[in-house]
Amino acid sequence: MEGILRLAYKLLVNDKAKFTALLVGITFAVFLMIAMTSLFAGVLNRASATVINLGASVWIMDPSVQTVANTIGMPDYVLDAVRSMEGVDYAVPVYSGGALVKLADGNYQSVTVVGLDDTSLFGRPRLLEGKIEDIYGENGFFVVKDPEFPKLGNPHLGTEFELNDHRGIIVGIAAVASSGLFGVPTLYTTYERALQYIPNPRFTISYVLVKPKSPSDLDRIKQQTQALGYLALSKDEFMSKISDFYMFQTGLGMNLLIMTVMSFIVGLSISGQTFYTFVLENLEKFGALKAMGTKSRELILMILFQASFTALTGYGLGVGLCALTIVLAKMRLPDYAAMITYWNLGLAFVMVVVIAAVSSYFGVRRVLRIEPFDIFRG
Amino acid sequence: MPDVAIKVSDVVKSFGVGEARTTALRNVTLEAYFGEILYIVGPSGSGKTTLLSVLSGILRPDAGTVSVEGADIWKFSSDKLADFRLHKMGFVFQDYHLFPRLTTAENVAIPLILKRVNWNDAIAEAKKYLEIVGLKGRADLPPVKLSGGEQQRVAIARAIVGQPDLLVMDEPTASLDGDTGQAIVGFVKQHVLNDKRCILIVTHDDRINQFASRILKMEDGRLIGIEKGDENR
Repeated sequence: MEGILRLAYKLLVNDKAKFTALLVGITFAVFLMIAMTSLFAGVLNRASATVINLGASVWIMDPSVQTVANTIGMPDYVLDAVRSMEGVDYAVPVYSGGALVKLADGNYQSVTVVGLDDTSLFGRPRLLEGKIEDIYGENGFFVVKDPEFPKLGNPHLGTEFELNDHRGIIVGIAAVASSGLFGVPTLYTTYERALQYIPNPRFTISYVLVKPKSPSDLDRIKQQTQALGYLALSKDEFMSKISDFYMFQTGLGMNLLIMTVMSFIVGLSISGQTFYTFVLENLEKFGALKAMGTKSRELILMILFQASFTALTGYGLGVGLCALTIVLAKMRLPDYAAMITYWNLGLAFVMVVVIAAVSSYFGVRRVLRIEPFDIFRG
Repeated sequence: MPDVAIKVSDVVKSFGVGEARTTALRNVTLEAYFGEILYIVGPSGSGKTTLLSVLSGILRPDAGTVSVEGADIWKFSSDKLADFRLHKMGFVFQDYHLFPRLTTAENVAIPLILKRVNWNDAIAEAKKYLEIVGLKGRADLPPVKLSGGEQQRVAIARAIVGQPDLLVMDEPTASLDGDTGQAIVGFVKQHVLNDKRCILIVTHDDRINQFASRILKMEDGRLIGIEKGDENR
């Protein structure tokens, strides 16, 4: 069988023009499909940045919350109630909200302010510069060094700014796992200082972050929270809720789907047509092989091998090209959100398999129909 | 009396339906023997190629039987028929049907590769046969770099590399000039024919009659006569 596949391989790759056209078609399609879906994955990841960065395993929130940025304040008694629930190891409040910072040059810049529990600093970022205890110092803030960092004028330790007429000082420069979606810098401070600096409604707790005693306590915590009139979600559930919002309640999901389907159709058209032409051009040769004693299933195997080889090579090139483009784009555009996930790769792979299957189906049909007698007849 | 290689009895073959139906073979009966070169000649449309296809296991007849070495090939399953063609038959097509994207040696090796012979062994064997047909040193060239006569030799090498009992050649001199055509068929007679092989040639070209053992004449799907070839006169 190895010899027949090698024969099929040589027939395919030695026809350099056709093979190149086939590869270009599939590579282009894979590139587009992965570029589209990875952009979406990146957007969704960034939309859940706060959830990822704070890292709590259970989040308690108002049931109307749809995204992490769309907080609805909860009264303080919720925190007390949660702390007294069965299955809760500990629970801390967190504040997350937007504010305007006045920079030294007089310009204003929107920021996201995250207020961490004063006692535990649960969810604190990894510090690149500065000391963790300095956050307790007067007017202390950490700034996240992410692609938005330069918007604050590349601050350093000791840089001052104004926030709602309060003085703020950068006492630490931090790194987080994921940058935010909205293109604004992020500041971390204590919960109490966040409430003090930013004007707030009556209820101030954005989320209660919970550490259950064991993962099996999650359901119990959910039931008790529901009885309280609030919603408890695991980290993954919250991220999924945020993703669902962007996918189904904004135009983002549908637009992405349309672009992905268009990429698929482009790939299918180019590759399918080129492969079919390749088979047509070799039809007499396949007929000659049939006359010489090649069985139909061996011819099918040859065509499937050719289609699969082309598809997988194109898939590899497409993934590589897309990854390279994303790396280059991120070097030039730090805000570029694309992120290749297993989900992207899997979806593109399935689509490539469909392209290969459809392309080879029509080729196989033609090859099976060719009669060796037609070869004799000329 | 030499052994019978092929026995064709009352073979009928028609194409089309209704008024468009034409009968290509009408009760054709013949025998071909090992050790002979049998020509099938006749005008266009006389049924030569149809007969060649029927007796080589490519085109199923409407009626009649075709026995090769005593076995009725049209009772074979499609897989067994394919195996029969692969192991017993060698084909030289009118247009050669060489693969332009493969080297000459790879083209010749195809029947061996189909027989699951290891690739390198098949190529080595193909090179031996290229040497036999006088194309030593051409093994790594693509067929398009060869002349018509050389391509015909490649096709012959491909047809005999699997050491078939029956060699079928369809118009082997149609694309060649007179001298080259004679040289090719002369070569086949001298180097390819042996006591254990039967060669069937469909041709229009009476300049090569000197190499035939017998000549079957066809007209309107009928066998109208059998002549001894020039070699027997």
